[in-house]
Amino acid sequence: MWKIAKQIVKVGIATEAPPAADFEETALRINKEILNILGRALTIREVDAGSCNGCELELNALGNVYYNLEGLGIKFVASPRHADMLLVTGPVTRNMAQALQLTFDATPEPKLVVAVGDCAINGGIFGTSYATLGGVDKVLTVDLAIPGCPPEPKAILQGILTAVQYRLESRTGANSN
Amino acid sequence: MEIADLDLELVVMKAPFPLLRGEVGFEEWSSVALSIAQGHGRLITLWGTDNGQRESGRYSVSAVYEFVDATLIWLDLYLPDQQVNFPDIAGIYPYATRLQRTMTDLLGLHAEAAADTRPWLNHGAWPSDYFPLRKEFTGTEDRRWPGVVDYPFVPVTGDGVHEIAVGPVHAGIIEPGHFRFSVVGEKTLRLEEHFGYAHKGIDKRFEHISASEGHLLAGRISGDSTVAYAWAYCMALEAAWGWEVPTRGAWLRALLLERERVANHLGDLGALGNDAAFTFGLTQFMRLKEDWLRLNKTFFGHRFMMDCIVPGGVGVDIDVAGMSQIVTQCDAIEAEVSRLRAIYDDHAGLQDRFLTTGRVSTELATELGLTGLAARASGIARDVRIDAPTLPYTELKVKIASRDGGDVAARVAVRFDEVVESLRLIRQIARALPAGEVLEKTNDQMRAGSGVGWVEGWRGGIFLALTVADGNRITRCHSHDPSAQNWPVLEYAVIGNVVPDFPLINKSFNLSYSGTDR
Repeated sequence: MWKIAKQIVKVGIATEAPPAADFEETALRINKEILNILGRALTIREVDAGSCNGCELELNALGNVYYNLEGLGIKFVASPRHADMLLVTGPVTRNMAQALQLTFDATPEPKLVVAVGDCAINGGIFGTSYATLGGVDKVLTVDLAIPGCPPEPKAILQGILTAVQYRLESRTGANSN
Repeated sequence: MEIADLDLELVVMKAPFPLLRGEVGFEEWSSVALSIAQGHGRLITLWGTDNGQRESGRYSVSAVYEFVDATLIWLDLYLPDQQVNFPDIAGIYPYATRLQRTMTDLLGLHAEAAADTRPWLNHGAWPSDYFPLRKEFTGTEDRRWPGVVDYPFVPVTGDGVHEIAVGPVHAGIIEPGHFRFSVVGEKTLRLEEHFGYAHKGIDKRFEHISASEGHLLAGRISGDSTVAYAWAYCMALEAAWGWEVPTRGAWLRALLLERERVANHLGDLGALGNDAAFTFGLTQFMRLKEDWLRLNKTFFGHRFMMDCIVPGGVGVDIDVAGMSQIVTQCDAIEAEVSRLRAIYDDHAGLQDRFLTTGRVSTELATELGLTGLAARASGIARDVRIDAPTLPYTELKVKIASRDGGDVAARVAVRFDEVVESLRLIRQIARALPAGEVLEKTNDQMRAGSGVGWVEGWRGGIFLALTVADGNRITRCHSHDPSAQNWPVLEYAVIGNVVPDFPLINKSFNLSYSGTDR
């Protein structure tokens, strides 16, 4: 126990200073927007629809202390039934298309779909074939795409926040009509 | 047993390690397989090819064995005329089953009288008379594709037996696959895996890209092993084209490979703590891994070093000041890992979860063909870097990490040892890195030929067989992930364990879905 405590004290708080000057402010605002839309923190269900596992490495990295994802009120959850957003990776294999659709169906409204990585956008290097559909938009309506092979954690984080904002704006627009 | 005892006509293939190739007849296919097994050799991989118009048979099946002296033996069996049946060798090498079923799904070749003939990669998403690897199919036809169908799992019956279905969408951020547990109470009676969800048609895709760009696709067969795959691909291509890699380029490849090993082991050591409810471990190790990846980005332009290895050498270089930063980080990480190891070792709750959990005995590991890191934790001390070393491993002299326990604790211990050893190797590379070019000046000898890549990735030996035609074209590229051997062993490792230990046992192997489904 003593060694554990010592290590924790020694490391201290590793969470990084905001990457941009207004990041903290932006983060706070985004956090409020998330609350406005959903009434609680943003919960995400990740779906690997056939990726090479590269994007998953970066999504896992997002959970490390440097990015402090949960500090922003964003959390990955185990079930689509608990999720506000689906983060989908991979070229969407034909073998995964049905599972992806069922996961989407199980996610309650309002829900957001974010395609993570080049393969999730258009199949990437794997393209479209007998085995792959070539992009998440072949199965679901995508709110936002985050390019990269794989996109780095910071890019994914920005994408998540942008998707929330985008939905908020489109809602505000719809309400004013 | 000697290779000569096999009584085969074998020719030496160009490769940076001992490699022989020969043709066998229909009758010899199984008898040679058996002789090699009896001589303590191992099957590495199995695949089929459509050779188009050819006198001695349109289809061929190929097997690569690792002889007991670590020589690789590549055997081809050309099936006469239009014949699609070949002899079953799953009775000798159990894990050949899924490879043979893959051949049926992708090429329409059948293992004669095989016990398990269920489709493997084809979940119904393409018609059963559509064989993507046959030359008459492009793999990109525009047609109405069917939807997936249910898979006939083997049922377990008895008082109180029930099934737990897990996946393909898992609870964490993990690759897709299905696990069907048959349990009584908490105890696992049987686990049956069903994969193929990550099947991206990579073998066919290779036919559509130029050979000189194949490393880009190879580097995405399994993203966590991008360096190992890219190296294996380039090794095969360089053998086919007769290219030589400059010495400095070869040394830098090893630097990248060892960095990939350390990154993955750090992540796994954290995740293993987490799966035993010790989140402190995850937090600490993920921090170290992030530091590690960031330095990759600084010096090699990519956190996972994708596309750094290219045909003819490497596309990156590093100066003395950079190497010195890398060494400084090795020292820092080693000190942290050593502190964390002491914490892991002293933690009674953690050790209680690790010890005796998911045990694979040496006998079982040998019988089922367990390989790589997991095999080294079950007393099978094999490592491509030591058994079939290529430059610079011929000079680095890797010290093998091995344990006899075969449980989660042993697989954790091997990872700790390998992190320390890889850090030592990186320092040694820093000291001895030769000067010179990192990439061969292309001499445009893009001739037809074939070659093999054989690289010890962090999970185990990654194998790749490549055949190229004139005009920079790929006619066949077969890659093999060590996970293919190890997934079936996981089904045994969990028997008798409680269901909540499955994530821990699974993580202790941490096998690739994408690498096996391709």
